[in-house]
Amino acid sequence: MAKETGIISWKKLDLGTAILSPGSAQSLKTGDWRSMRPVVDYDVCIRCGRCYIYCPDMVYVKVETGHYEPNYYYCKGCGICANECPVQAIKMVEEGD
Amino acid sequence: MGKRVGMEVSIAAAEAVGMADVDLIAAYPITPQTHVVEHLSELVADGHLDAEFVPVESEHSAMSTCVGSSAAGARTFTSTSSQGYALMAEICYIAAGLRLPIVMVVANRALSAPINIWNDHADMMMSRDTGWIQTIAENGQEVVDLIFHAFRVAEDHRVLLPFIINMDGFTLSHVIEPIILPDKEEVARYLPPFKPALRLDPKHPVTIGPVGMPDVYTEAKKVHDEVLKASKDVIVEAWKELGDQFGRYYKPVETYKTEDAENLLFTMGSISETAMTAIDAMRESGKKVGLVHLRLWRPFPSDEIYEAMKGAKAIAIVDRALTLNGVCGPVCAEIKSTLYDRKFHPYIKNYIAGLGGRDVTVDNFVEMMDKLAESAGRGDPMGYEIVGVKE
Amino acid sequence: MVEIRFHGRGGQGGVTSAELTALAAIDEGKYAQAFPSFGPERRGAPVTAFVRVSSEAIRTREKVYEPNIVVVLDPSLLQIVNVEAGLRPGGIVILNTKKSLEEIRKETGITARLALVDASKIAIETMRVPITNTTMLGALVKATGVIAMDSLRGPIQHRFGPIADKNMKACARAFEETTVEG
Repeated sequence: MAKETGIISWKKLDLGTAILSPGSAQSLKTGDWRSMRPVVDYDVCIRCGRCYIYCPDMVYVKVETGHYEPNYYYCKGCGICANECPVQAIKMVEEGD
Repeated sequence: MGKRVGMEVSIAAAEAVGMADVDLIAAYPITPQTHVVEHLSELVADGHLDAEFVPVESEHSAMSTCVGSSAAGARTFTSTSSQGYALMAEICYIAAGLRLPIVMVVANRALSAPINIWNDHADMMMSRDTGWIQTIAENGQEVVDLIFHAFRVAEDHRVLLPFIINMDGFTLSHVIEPIILPDKEEVARYLPPFKPALRLDPKHPVTIGPVGMPDVYTEAKKVHDEVLKASKDVIVEAWKELGDQFGRYYKPVETYKTEDAENLLFTMGSISETAMTAIDAMRESGKKVGLVHLRLWRPFPSDEIYEAMKGAKAIAIVDRALTLNGVCGPVCAEIKSTLYDRKFHPYIKNYIAGLGGRDVTVDNFVEMMDKLAESAGRGDPMGYEIVGVKE
Repeated sequence: MVEIRFHGRGGQGGVTSAELTALAAIDEGKYAQAFPSFGPERRGAPVTAFVRVSSEAIRTREKVYEPNIVVVLDPSLLQIVNVEAGLRPGGIVILNTKKSLEEIRKETGITARLALVDASKIAIETMRVPITNTTMLGALVKATGVIAMDSLRGPIQHRFGPIADKNMKACARAFEETTVEG
């Protein structure tokens, strides 16, 4: 029996391999690339939004309190937010345990 | 009915593109293509053609602009030659892979070095595998007719592929000869307005040109190959309709005096006319020879080639480009392969002729056919020979 | 089929002569081809251009090697180019020259039938420029009749617009003044 590859038949590809439904990258889970995760100390956070601006993957989402919370579904753990935070409110913590 | 005019073939090509009512032309001038885009820029500047003319800084940009324009749903044209075509090549693959029905006239010319601006088919062969449909014209009338045909086929929803009309540089592009130019209304009857199957539209966002991972790329190439193969039926159908409307009929492979011919000559492009004159001369001296000439280069018309050649004793195949140290010239290789697959193995001699503007004469063809008969009789190794090379 | 070779210098209009001849023939309902000897264009360098005229469709694209007619736009070319090369038996050479038939025969060794006209003088006097392309067409018409004078009017008008009349005048005068060997 042939192995299940998940490959789509050439007869079913869209014209020029175009992607017809917009925003399809939203479903792509890039969070599983992460070995370190940013953790925010909201007592120290001054709500400046630098993490939100600098994050290359638009992981930070503004919440009602004015703070920015990371969405780990997309976070690759690059650490740019921790580096840019002017008050050291973001710490990179090892994943795993 | 159209009118018969004396006109330089490049100018007639530009007029035909104008009659096809293009929306955008992006081009960079290069000898011997220059007059095509020069005249198009005049048509736009003088208000005779309602289109965007984008003068770009290179051929790479020309094709990039064409990709954007076609993806946005505009009827798009460009033209180039040789070195410029080489610079454009990267984007040519993309235009085809994205299934964008761009139409391009290539004024065929040699590739450097040494620097050479004259006619051969090196540039046509360089772009053989870009996945565009490719036809070849033998005279000015064909250039005009093949341009209308190209837009019609390229934009057909069963096809949606970019389309090249090859026209020999100088030996066609710079010749003044009689050409029948149809009326714009006649052209409009043959060529309906472009209805894109998919286009960039902010109201309905799509992604054209995403990455194709290893689990998609093979299938994507398979589609391209199948669509190109299937385009032949549409090409032939559109030629039939062109013939019914304009009275000039075209086929993927044409033949001349082949009915009872023992030995065949094969050519493509403008030398085919000279070859017919040579066949006439040889027939007069009692030689049973005929000519097979190619009009459709991609998709390659294997069945038609076989039908035209089957039964021949010996065949001389003329290539206008050299596959350096390959088995033989590029077109010969394709034909040999076709005939081998069909278990038909005639004696085939490959002549590489007319490189970099070297004239190919009636006498050249007569000599080729005489040598073919002798070599076949002796059973010489087949191989290839560069015609007229000075030892 | 009649084949014509034009000899001129870059910038003198030899290519234009060839084109106008073909256009005139096509306007007469004939078949014709005109093409230059393809190459980089250099002002002053010797150039050739070719024409074929036929009552039937023309099916050859080789260069013209054996013309029936040779037209020489510039007298100085006779010193450096063998204008008679490949001329068919019974062919004619049409020269722009001030010289007499005897002088030309003696100096150039041309054996073919000749037609002579002082086209430079006609061009200067009629158009104030020493460009002899249209002038030599008058000589071509007189010497060969390969096209009719009237057929040139349309192509010359289209090509030269405001200075077309002057060109037609030069052409007509050359027709009158060309001497054709019997």
